[in-house]
Amino acid sequence: VATIPVDDLRITRRFGPHLSSMTGARLSTSVDPEKLVKTHCCFCGQQCGIQLKVLDNEVIGFEPWEDFPFNRGMLCPKGVKRYLQGSHPDRLMTALRRDPTSESGFSSLAYEQAIAQTASAIQRLQGEHGHASIAVLGGASLTTEKTYLLGKFARVCLKTPFIDYNGRLCMVSAGAANKKAFGVDRTTNPWSDMVGTEVIWVAGSNVAECSPITTNYIWQARELGARVIVQDPRITPLARTCDLYLPVKPGRDAALFAGVLQIMIERGWIDRGFIDQHTVGFDQVEAYCEQWTLRRTADVTGVPQRSLMQAAEWWGTAKSSFLFHARGIEHHSNGVQNALGTINLVLASGRIGKPKSGYGTIVGQANGQGGREHGQKCDQLPGWRDISNPEHRQYISSVWGINEADLPGPGVDAYELFRKIDAGEIKGLISICFNPLVSLPDSNFVRRALEKLEFYVAIDFFLNDTARHADIVLPGSLQEEDEGTVTQVEGRIIKINKAVECPGEARQDWRIIQDLAAALNRPKGFMFNEPREIFEELRIASRGGVADYSGVTYEKIEREMGVFWPCYSHDPQTGAPLDDHPGTPRLFETGSYNPIAKGGGPFYFPDGRARFNVADYRDPVDDASDEYPIYLTTGRVVSQFLSGTQTRRIGPLVKQYPEPLMEMHPKLAARLGINNGDWATAETRRGAITLKASVVTTIRPDTIFIPYHWAGDKSVNRLTVAAQDPISRIPQYKVCGCRVRKAAAAPEYAAVLEPQQ
Amino acid sequence: MKPDHLHFFIDPSRCIGCQACVQACSECDTHRGESMIHLEYVDRASSVQTVPVVCMHCEQPTCAEVCPADAIKRTADGVVQSARRPRCIACGNCVMACPFGVPEVYEDRHIMMKCDMCYDRTSAGRRPMCATVCPSQALFFGTREQIEQLRPASAPTNRFQFGDQTITTRVFVMTPKRLVTIAPYVDVTGAMTEQPTNRAITVRVITPSEPSDDNGLSGDPFADINV
Repeated sequence: VATIPVDDLRITRRFGPHLSSMTGARLSTSVDPEKLVKTHCCFCGQQCGIQLKVLDNEVIGFEPWEDFPFNRGMLCPKGVKRYLQGSHPDRLMTALRRDPTSESGFSSLAYEQAIAQTASAIQRLQGEHGHASIAVLGGASLTTEKTYLLGKFARVCLKTPFIDYNGRLCMVSAGAANKKAFGVDRTTNPWSDMVGTEVIWVAGSNVAECSPITTNYIWQARELGARVIVQDPRITPLARTCDLYLPVKPGRDAALFAGVLQIMIERGWIDRGFIDQHTVGFDQVEAYCEQWTLRRTADVTGVPQRSLMQAAEWWGTAKSSFLFHARGIEHHSNGVQNALGTINLVLASGRIGKPKSGYGTIVGQANGQGGREHGQKCDQLPGWRDISNPEHRQYISSVWGINEADLPGPGVDAYELFRKIDAGEIKGLISICFNPLVSLPDSNFVRRALEKLEFYVAIDFFLNDTARHADIVLPGSLQEEDEGTVTQVEGRIIKINKAVECPGEARQDWRIIQDLAAALNRPKGFMFNEPREIFEELRIASRGGVADYSGVTYEKIEREMGVFWPCYSHDPQTGAPLDDHPGTPRLFETGSYNPIAKGGGPFYFPDGRARFNVADYRDPVDDASDEYPIYLTTGRVVSQFLSGTQTRRIGPLVKQYPEPLMEMHPKLAARLGINNGDWATAETRRGAITLKASVVTTIRPDTIFIPYHWAGDKSVNRLTVAAQDPISRIPQYKVCGCRVRKAAAAPEYAAVLEPQQ
Repeated sequence: MKPDHLHFFIDPSRCIGCQACVQACSECDTHRGESMIHLEYVDRASSVQTVPVVCMHCEQPTCAEVCPADAIKRTADGVVQSARRPRCIACGNCVMACPFGVPEVYEDRHIMMKCDMCYDRTSAGRRPMCATVCPSQALFFGTREQIEQLRPASAPTNRFQFGDQTITTRVFVMTPKRLVTIAPYVDVTGAMTEQPTNRAITVRVITPSEPSDDNGLSGDPFADINV
């Protein structure tokens, strides 16, 4: 049974989050490191190059890596202090088992015993209830090697269709829209291309806080004349000095894009030549946009008519441009339509596949790109293949040495997986790199579902909030304790290098997966000796897929400081072996060849043409109403990352922004009688939380913002709605109706918990 | 010796308040665990604008001039250093006198410490830690030619007016080019008045209401949203 074994507070006392600080060699000014290891940050999708200082199997600090071309030494505060996640007092050094008789709720057990007990629990459940009674949850902060192995493990070893990953909360709306429009899912250009462009439109991305290094690229483009348009309900640091700010009402993005495209059509600010030659489907989009008159668009979006007109003129008449979006428009029950709306603007302009013109989604997680390509997604096989496509199934089955008939079909998305747990269909869960109790919406439901599991094993380096429900916890590895590849925001495959060994009984994650496979008596296909061997198999598995890594080697990545996929081992046109394919920094260039279009055009469809898709506006689910009149929106702060499992344990980062604040405009605050720093309660149909108010003029007066990195009584996901996009299944984190009141007193947690807990 | 052609430039309009500089400063090999950078919101209630403050390395350092123990030295290449042991008596004169608010007295160690432009790095021709990591390059370390090429709309200034006192510094602040022709210095005390005359940075927003200036721009994009 997966209820937590003892009171939450007792678990917190033992397992944290506690804070690391600079002590010993990490504080000394006279100690020199033994070595500097060139690698990358463990946090966001930019994957900044960094050098870790290592002494006595401990990371004791960092040194900028100024030669790495993406960030040239630049780092955000998370990158600077990332090293403090190692040698941490909360680090899991042994396996744990649930033990209600123990003060902390858990007892240590030997690693081999933990593996054996896990395997026997899985065997028992699968014996009684079938293979599909076990589910696997993965994550996009894992290396691509691990995500590949995890997908293979679920399908080949566990024989379950039920695997999905935390990218479901992150990149799936963009991924689905990209596939529908372009046939391939990747940012089109390296970031250096944007310097020198005329217009940059940033839709729903708090670039300065969520992808800080991108700020320098955008602002460098602006220094050289680019106009910057920012679409956001908040005046973020990027919006502060932008050329045009579009203060969009939460959840109205598709309407905004349709309205702007309508202006462009009316004024003739579109590229008919490009549309005719390189796209299909514009007629339907044109017909759809007709209803989006200027007046109606302004009414629905809350953006003044003159601003919409200005945006349309700048975008429509530019000669070069970039459009970027992120979770702000993607985290919606209409997320795919929102992303398609941006793509329609790009395709109508004809400005894509050129050195100074492109489009991209700014990924959130370290391996947000690579982690979504090679098979830990419920409907996908390696190389961005489709698990329902007979040819794709046949090829991957041949690589894996199994009968195609034994390969499970598509599973369900991560949230649906919890509904299946709740319904009793799924009895056992294996999770890694995912903290759903904090990160999924309507977390009261997620907790109830977890409590119904008959067996839950979590792999992690700290006891994350969800793992408190586990029967067994297996001690996994930090990023710096393993090697492998990730693919960052530009589509550049880079190499993570090992700096230190795992401490105590902790193991590299891929070894844990393989140990489980061995204990389940199905070791075939899970006997790799190092990540390089996994990567070599992944190269073959990806060959011929859209995300083709076949020409990439560890040596090539290190030599060229990253390789952009697709990178072929064999010429896609002739099939002849290639010695050294240069990779593909820029997609969709005129005359470019891809294996789908076979020379028919630059886009990844048989006719080589991009697709316009009608990007239909729908009101958000659980929209603001008389009963819940305020919009609630959520997001990040710069010093924290995702559910905070790592960053809520790093002292200097916690000090920078200790606890979530409820951001609101002074107009709203005045009406509610709330002053800056007062306790305020936000309530939705699902729950209530009480936080301190931050009263600022930099947010729409009808909207409040709460960052999502905290757990328990401070978790905004107690409030958010589990409405999902019908195509991508991404949850609608960025808007729901709420009401706000001044709290009568401080919440109970304030006297008991430290800020990060 | 810091190479003559390399300079420190601060561009507050680029600051995103992320504190990468503050966090990186505390990793320095001469004062690990302590940051010598101050980074503050100007007025968080009304803007996300933040300003990073490093030592400006004055040509005639007021801190050194008021030091009764002669503990603050300026190197030949113009870097004003932290107070020297054992001279520093932690009296705090420098803290009160510095027009930029840079030095701090560390009571537990009984000494004043401040930014020394990462002398261990810059004297070896490397960039200071803060300017290396700064994600928006609000802190920039390089040549005059580089900054002119990278920031064509701004001009570096190193003269600051505090009442009757004009201070010239080794560190440059980037100001809008059109302002340099109006005033050859940054009038710091002037900017502290209620209605500064030459405020140059406005949020470019369009509101449905009547525009508040000739460019059709207003300061409040949310003016017409009622709750």
